Amino acid sequence: MDHGYLNLETLWFGLIGVLWIGYFFLEGFDFGVGILMPFLGRDEVDRRIMVNTIGPVWDGNEVWLIVAGGATFAAFPEWYATLFSGFYLALFLILAALIFRGVAFEFRGKDKHPEWARWWDRAIFWGSALPALLWGVAWANILRGVPIDTHKEWAGSFFDLLNPYALLGGATSLLLFTLHGAVFLTLRTDTELQIRARRIARTLAVPGSLAVLGFLTWTFFNARDNDGIVPGVVPIGAIVAVVGVEWLLREKLDGWAFLATGMCIVLITATFFLNLYPRVMPSSIGAANDLTIWNASSTHYTLTVMTWVALIFTPLVLLYQGWTYWVFRKRIRRADVEKSTPGNGGEAASPI
Amino acid sequence: MDAFDLARWQFAITTIFHFFFVPLSIGLVFLTAIMQTAWYRTKDPTYLRMTKFWGKLFLINFALGVVTGIVQEFQFGMNWSAYSRFVGDIFGAPLAIEGLLAFFLESTFLGLWIFGWTRLSPRIHLACIWLVAIGTGLSAFFILAANAWMQHPVGYVVNPVTGRAELKDFFAMLTNITAWSHFGHTMLGAFVTGGMFVIGISAYHLARKHETVLFRRSMTIALVVSLFASLGVAFSGHFQAQLVAKQQPMKTAAAEALWETERGAGFSLFAVGDVENGRNHINVQLPHLLSVLTTNTWNGEVQGINDIQAEYEQRYGPGSYIPVVGVIYWAFRLMVGAGMLMILVSLVGLFLLRRGTLETARWFLRLVPLAIALPYLANSTGWIMTEMGRQPWVVFGVMLTRDAVSGAVGVGFVATTLIGFTVIYGVLSVVDVYLLSKYARSTPPEITEPSAEPALVY
Repeated sequence: MDHGYLNLETLWFGLIGVLWIGYFFLEGFDFGVGILMPFLGRDEVDRRIMVNTIGPVWDGNEVWLIVAGGATFAAFPEWYATLFSGFYLALFLILAALIFRGVAFEFRGKDKHPEWARWWDRAIFWGSALPALLWGVAWANILRGVPIDTHKEWAGSFFDLLNPYALLGGATSLLLFTLHGAVFLTLRTDTELQIRARRIARTLAVPGSLAVLGFLTWTFFNARDNDGIVPGVVPIGAIVAVVGVEWLLREKLDGWAFLATGMCIVLITATFFLNLYPRVMPSSIGAANDLTIWNASSTHYTLTVMTWVALIFTPLVLLYQGWTYWVFRKRIRRADVEKSTPGNGGEAASPI
Repeated sequence: MDAFDLARWQFAITTIFHFFFVPLSIGLVFLTAIMQTAWYRTKDPTYLRMTKFWGKLFLINFALGVVTGIVQEFQFGMNWSAYSRFVGDIFGAPLAIEGLLAFFLESTFLGLWIFGWTRLSPRIHLACIWLVAIGTGLSAFFILAANAWMQHPVGYVVNPVTGRAELKDFFAMLTNITAWSHFGHTMLGAFVTGGMFVIGISAYHLARKHETVLFRRSMTIALVVSLFASLGVAFSGHFQAQLVAKQQPMKTAAAEALWETERGAGFSLFAVGDVENGRNHINVQLPHLLSVLTTNTWNGEVQGINDIQAEYEQRYGPGSYIPVVGVIYWAFRLMVGAGMLMILVSLVGLFLLRRGTLETARWFLRLVPLAIALPYLANSTGWIMTEMGRQPWVVFGVMLTRDAVSGAVGVGFVATTLIGFTVIYGVLSVVDVYLLSKYARSTPPEITEPSAEPALVY
């Protein structure tokens, strides 16, 4: 089936790809900050600084996921239906994690009881770590192919998702998001916390690079050769970017390091979509059962309507979200936070 | 119970829980925006303290609305994948547009509002809260347009080849009269929810002679908004009821426990039904009122359940098309009753305020904090009636709910997530009620220097 690239199905496949790229780039670092809370946050002041570095933006970052979900529903209903009913328990775990995490940011400072913030900090850690891991597992499975029957229905079990390739995918996303978050913290904090963030980022950069290298190599050998577009430069770019992080941090080029971890996330996600195209969910039972952009899509009428809406409003969203990052570009200084943190005696970090 | 029943319970629990937070968020953000506008205009610090006090309660509530909302978006695919496949071409679009237009706007400008007190000019900062308010309104419209399509599908055809519903006219979907009638009623209901919340909490403080200037002003704004909005809810509800009688006569008949078609039908006040045999044991009525309300004529005909059932069996094939009459009947009465009480609260409050005896009317100040429960009752029962009254259909006249459930999801899975969400939501309810009551009873923050606020909020 040759339709070329100039069609609405390809456009929407690409747009959904962009939404996932945006989601992983943005929420990637706020997951990382959440995961690092127990490791970098030595006292309440540190932890407040960390939460506040992502305070104004985490909710907007999460909307990228919601819009990706909505766009998939609208443009590729069969994809949405098979994916969401098939990855049922994994999605439930992600939802539970995101629920507690979102509430935790808002609630952690709302009560003085010493145990109160501790509990919400645990929610922030697990609520960040679990999705950071599970998104990698989920996407590796999509790429690898899952059991889909002739009725486009999921025909596997939860444990089909837990294969070695997918677990490596999960480890990669967990490491990469944590690294991305650590580098983000070097840009938004000062003094001791910044130094610790840089140190942990340099430590994470090595296993992070190895995981990316291993995962992308395995992906290369997994790919079915008759499908997908495979411009090797995209995954190779991802590897180059992440390998450079350690050196950039050693030279204190934090901004460039953030760009590098970001590019790595962008290019890995792009690799997913390029390898899949024109499939959206390959079936491990047989290529005849693959969900593709052709057999999973909405009608051209719906895609046209959606295209107009997206053309008008996406630039606007990018503009005001970009402006938010500009408004909150300043570092959060420890000296300022110490003043406004009641009773900070420098208590030890809580075990999770 | 099979997976289908559990999936329905799950949808009911997650949706009703989500909708505990939504109307209060919408109502409070508009009230907070009004207060901040008053501060911007007058520079009176009392208005700033009001903005911060009610704004904080809004934020606590909003957080839960956001996180429970993600579940809403995902569960169509998780539990109702057959539905998602069948209607995705139509139903997915408003959901995606809601995300792109409304959720980005709300989340981004809320972040700017919370953290931007010292970094933005007062004018831009004020614009932020209004953009959040507009975002909540946009969100409401698109999700209600999606729901309205399930109640009264328009602008579509069912493709005989694919067996899927396809969108033919997006404009028809956006201008669906059912959507606008939903929207008016729901938004006004949200304003009353915010109003009752502010009235109740202000009364609590006024009864204790606590910050009387601040809470008298809050009360005044909320009473005025509540009066207009609660009257608006009644009128829009009346319009909506007439629409439902035309579009889904079974829902109207069930809400009235009207078994046989009647001319000059009475409005039932209290009924004990015999569902098995399709009749009522006891039925206390106001004569002719139902006909007047639904048809605007004294002797207008209102169809009964048994007659509609016979008609639907001919049209759609054998099966029961009767929803759970008892629940719908009482849900409707609780909603209307609560609505009437809210009009009464607003009228009495404004009367006392005008007479200048509000702060000495201890009975009123002690009673109205209880009125905070009324909008929650009305919001929930209203949706229970709307959704359960549509059964057995998920898309009225087009798709049965039983055919909509996910085929690939076993009963154990649905049970797991049902228990999971119920436990999570239970825990969060306790935390939310604790925080809301703690901050509702707290003293509004003192403003030490104009617009001074620590750079950190969390």
